[in-house]
Formats: sequence, structure tokens, C-alpha cells
Amino acid sequence: MNAASAPIGPTTLREMRQEEWVRLEAILRQVERRSPRALSDEDLMALPTLYRSALSSLSVARETSLDLELVTYLEGLCARAYFFVYGVRTSPLRRLRLFFVQDWPNAVRSLWRETLIATLLTLLGLAAGYSLVASNPIWFEAFVPDGLAQGRDFSASTEYLRQTLYDGGRNNMLAIFATFLFTHNAQVSIMCFALGFAFGIPTAFLLLYNGGMMGAIFALFVSRGLGTDLGGWLIIHGSTEIFAIILAGAAGLKIGWSVVFPGEASRMNAATSAGKTAGIVMAGVVIMLLAAGALEGVGRQTITNSIARYAIGVFMLIFWLAFYYLPRRSHHG
Amino acid sequence: MVDHAAIHHALEARTNRSLVTPEGVDLTLRIADAGQRFGALLLDLIFMVVTLILVTIILGVAAIAGGPRFVAAPVIIWLIGFFLLRNCYFIIMEMGPRAATFGKRIVGLRVVARNGGRLTADAVIARNLMREIELYLPISFLIFNTSQGLADTAAWLFGVGWTFIFAFFPLFNRDRLRVGDLLAGTWVIRTPKKTLGLDLIGRNAATTRLTFTDAQLDAYGQFELQTLEQILRLDRPEALATVADTIRAKIGYWDNSSDVAFLNAYYEALRSRLERKLLFGRRRRDKFDR
Repeated sequence: MNAASAPIGPTTLREMRQEEWVRLEAILRQVERRSPRALSDEDLMALPTLYRSALSSLSVARETSLDLELVTYLEGLCARAYFFVYGVRTSPLRRLRLFFVQDWPNAVRSLWRETLIATLLTLLGLAAGYSLVASNPIWFEAFVPDGLAQGRDFSASTEYLRQTLYDGGRNNMLAIFATFLFTHNAQVSIMCFALGFAFGIPTAFLLLYNGGMMGAIFALFVSRGLGTDLGGWLIIHGSTEIFAIILAGAAGLKIGWSVVFPGEASRMNAATSAGKTAGIVMAGVVIMLLAAGALEGVGRQTITNSIARYAIGVFMLIFWLAFYYLPRRSHHG
Repeated sequence: MVDHAAIHHALEARTNRSLVTPEGVDLTLRIADAGQRFGALLLDLIFMVVTLILVTIILGVAAIAGGPRFVAAPVIIWLIGFFLLRNCYFIIMEMGPRAATFGKRIVGLRVVARNGGRLTADAVIARNLMREIELYLPISFLIFNTSQGLADTAAWLFGVGWTFIFAFFPLFNRDRLRVGDLLAGTWVIRTPKKTLGLDLIGRNAATTRLTFTDAQLDAYGQFELQTLEQILRLDRPEALATVADTIRAKIGYWDNSSDVAFLNAYYEALRSRLERKLLFGRRRRDKFDR
């Protein structure tokens, strides 16, 4: 009970190992504050050994010491070191390149069933919107909110509608409107994806509504004989943007499907793997919407020839289809 | 009689999750509780709002100073900045080495993969995009309430109820998982920054004068010893007085030593005794454990 002779056990543990813990903590602090690249070579070489010796200190302390402070400290230190040592780091550039070349197309390709369903839903909405508005213009307000219509409804003159398709002026407001549209559409896509968790039903509704809105606008312009012009106006960026919204809906549907029908995995695991795939697809969707926004902002003002607009739109569509669905050699590892 | 040891063990069982490293050591991770996660979220939202206000002021000044011709650029920057802030702030911060936003860092939390593996980029993206339905949807429901009449109000209430299920999802499961965590296979753990305090044994030379019999040292187990340790480290006079009185009453040790000296001496003696027993493989968890 009294420390008449040199005590064996935990007090000596502190004395023996405390320098290593201090060094490990200094390395971790440097890594967390700045990038891992800030470590010197000796520190980097010493880190795994220090980590393992901290683990062994923790095991010894748990078995021989009743010092709560020591055990808690070592647990925290070992956890921090574990998350750094076992968090494998590839360089961000390589990670980015892998994303573009491999992760993104693979993720989209694995969603081909959901993509088809999303396309069908959009087309269904399109057909419904078109036929309803063509038969009775009263339906137009139901499908297209005022803010998006901006005066383009059945009370507008044909000349006004034609002007909206080919107007190259008012540069400032168009650029702002394009950016607003990009952020709005990106948010709608993310909402489509997130709502997929609710078994995919709100996602389906959103897709139908989106298609319906397009169908209604088409009905309006077709009734004034401006159908092909509207097609050109839309397709420059629309082929990319509508594809992106369909993919976002597909991602949401995948999550909803995997929660309801998990197959052989547990619901939790199925939802987790679906969520990760869908997350990659969503990152790609945002990139696509960025591209669509750029096309819209730049292309629509400068290119006023209808045929050129169709050409660009169709080219972009073929590009995306080839990027996603062309078979390519898969990189393993 | 309240069994504090049992309460303490129940609390530990609720918040501790085991993570066995490849070396075979079980790191007990402690799950962040709902209050801590909410606090971190509030801090992050405050940070985002403050940044937004600052950027708006700066861009507003730039727009006014630039004149009517250059009003487009600041507005575009603001729109894109708002979009990036809303979606990418969490994603980029959680992909860093500390896997924590500023709010989480202040509270002392961290995002970690549930299976103990790497926290991959797609997991971080997925868990943060789900925040759309957990946070922004309920908020927009609350703000944009344009109900006119009973049916609208009923629909609004239903919408609020449904979205709030997602918002309060962490309260409905043991691991305090958000919907985003569920989907991405992650959870949030505590990472308290600790510096190692001094060993309590050998701190006070005067304690060697006080001795205790075996019977007096048999009164308590590991839980009481560690509670005493925490009280000694906190070093608050009222707490020390209360505990000293309790222990003196229990073991019947009345002398005229000071509370601090008595408690330090008792702690040393008790710990040496219990650790010696530990070396022989006998661990006494608390005073009821025989």
C-alpha cells in the first residue's frame, strides 16, 4: 500500500511509454490541422509503429490499470490514430480522375432500369400535359407556375412568343436567369434524389410533374405554329438538363426500390449500397446541370439558327449516351 | 437505493460501440448523442448564415459600386455561392482528414464509417444530399405556409408531420443515425481532445502517513474508485467535503486529517489494493460485486 519499493505495473507504463504517446499526439495534431503532406519523412515512417505501440499500451492499461484518465486518454489517442492510419489516401487528382473515368459511368450504368422507368414517367407526364393543354387551354395554369412562365401563356401574342425564342439581347438578365435556373434545377434534382427515400413515390410525382410542365409549354407553342422552334430552343441545353433530371429521379427510385425490395441483403445494407451509388450519380447530375447551364447561357444567345440548335442538342445527347453506356474495359483495383 | 453503478453501466452500454482494429484491439467508440449532434448542426447553420450575410453585403456593395452595367456578375456569384454553400460546405469539410465541419469540431464530433472501414467520398456525398429532406424541406414547409381553409391546413399539417419524421429520425434509433447516415453507412462519434493529466498516485507526499486496514479498503470497487478519481481531479471543496464525509462514515475512520489529504491517501491505498488484485485476475467492478 505504501510505495516503499518501486511499484510494478501501470505507473511504470506511463513512464515508459509517455514519450511515444506525446510524439504520436504531436503527429496527429499536425495532420489534423494541416494536410498529411505536412509530415516529415521520419514522422511518416514512425507513425505505424507509434500507432501499434499505443494500441499495446491501451491493452496493457485496460488490464492492469484502474486510472480512468489514462485509459480514456489512450482510447481517444488510438481512435484518432486508427482513423488516420487506416484512411487510405490517394492523391485527390487521381481520385478525381477515377471518378470521371470509372465511378460515374459505372454508377449510371448500374441504374439503367431505373433510368428507363424515369424516362417513361417523364414521357407519360409530357403526353398528359400536352394532350390536356391542347384540348383545353385552361389546364395551362395548372401545369406551369407563373414565375416560370414569365408571360408566356395563352394570352400572349404569337410574335411575343417567337421573340422569347430568338431574343439575343438583354444579356445581363439572361445570364442571371440562367444561373438561377441552374441552381433551381440542381435543387429540384437533389430533392428528387432525397425524396427517393420515401419509397420513391414523391420522386415519381416530381418526374410526372416535370414532364407535364414541358408538355403544357409544348402545347402552347405548337398551337401557335412555333413547335419546331421551341424544340430547337429547348434541345440545346435540354437534352443534357432533362437527362440529368431523369438520372436524379432514377437515383431516387433506386433508393426507394432498395428499401422496399432489398433482395438478399438486409434493408439497411441494401439502402446503404444504393445510397452510395446514388450519391455518385447525383454528383454527376450536378456536373451535367452545370454543363447544361453553360450551354443555355452561352449557346442560346449566340446561336439562333434552329438547325444548329438541333445539331448541338442531338450531339450532346449522343455524347452523354456514349459516355455512360458504351462498353469499356473496367479497371480493377 | 439508487444503484449508480448500474445506471452508469447502462449508459455506457447505450453509447458505446465496439470497433475491433485489425490488430485485435477493441476501440470503444462513443456515439454522439442527439443533443450534441443538434448543437453541432446549429453551429454550422449559424456559420453558414453569417457567411451568407457577409458575402451578400460585400457583393451588394460591389454591385452598387460597379454601376448598372456590372450588376450581373455579383448576382451570379451570389447565386452560385449560395448553391455551393448549401450543398458543398458539409461535403468538402467531411472529406478532409478530420471528417468534421466546424460545428462538429467545436462540439468534438467526427463522422466515421459504421463498418470501421474508410469513409469514402460517395458516402459523404450521399449522407449530405439527404439533408434536403431532413432539414430544408421541413423548413420550407414551415416558412411557406399558404394555407387558406381547413383542407389546406390539414394538408399542411400532414406535410409538416411527415417531414418532421425525417427531421427527428435520429431520436427514433439507438445509434442516433440521420436518414443520411442510414443511407451512407456512417455514424457520428465523439472525439474528445484530451491531454493526459498527472497520475494521482504519488502527487501528495503527506498521504503516506495515513494507513487503512484491509476491511476499510474492501468497502469499494472499481466504479467507486474511478468516481473518486474524477472528484479529486475536479478539485471542488464542497464535493470533496461531501465525499470525504461519506467515506469516513462508511469505513469509520475519524481523525483530524484534512479532507484532501484523507481522500488522496484513501485513493492511493484503494487503487494499489485493487490493482494488485487485478494482477491476479480479480476485478471488482463496484461495491456490490463480490
